[in-house]
Amino acid sequence: MATTQDKKNEAASGFVYLPLIAGWLVPGAGHFLLRKWGRGALISASILGMFGLGIAMQGKLYAGAHDILDMLGFAGDLGNGLLYVISRAAGWGADQITQTTGDYGTRFIVVAGLLNVIAAVDAHNLRTGRKA
Amino acid sequence: MFRPSHFAAVLLFALFASVVFGVTQRSTPPRMVRYGLYCFVLFVGSAIVLSWLMFLIAR
Repeated sequence: MATTQDKKNEAASGFVYLPLIAGWLVPGAGHFLLRKWGRGALISASILGMFGLGIAMQGKLYAGAHDILDMLGFAGDLGNGLLYVISRAAGWGADQITQTTGDYGTRFIVVAGLLNVIAAVDAHNLRTGRKA
Repeated sequence: MFRPSHFAAVLLFALFASVVFGVTQRSTPPRMVRYGLYCFVLFVGSAIVLSWLMFLIAR
């Protein structure tokens, strides 16, 4: 019978940062790697939905940091991982916000990135055994 | 192009954020659901209260 110590040792073996990195690059992938299918699907749908709606609302994708607010927005956008890279490469989103919904969209994209970071850290905690 | 009203945007934002908060901040499904609902109500409720406050201040 496996003891708590055995479970901790098992959880700590291997590359423990894989779910963290996978979860950051692709929303929900960290949980999928840990076979948490339901949690991964909910996280993936929420973050992809939020990011997709942000793009659909012509939200702005931050390309660089000119002042402190731009820097914070850029950091939030980077939390989206590959979604951000693909969107920038495809030229999605707006360069300038011209209407109110574009402002909502910009916030949706930034918050999707921040939620993705929270989800990736959660996958890491599951991997290390800190969370059940 | 998707053009939601301000309130529809609040509802969508609260829905997505609450789902992620519920899944990541609690360990068991019943507690996840309860915490997700709690966050959703707080998001939407605080938006409504702050909107009324701003409306009354602006008058």
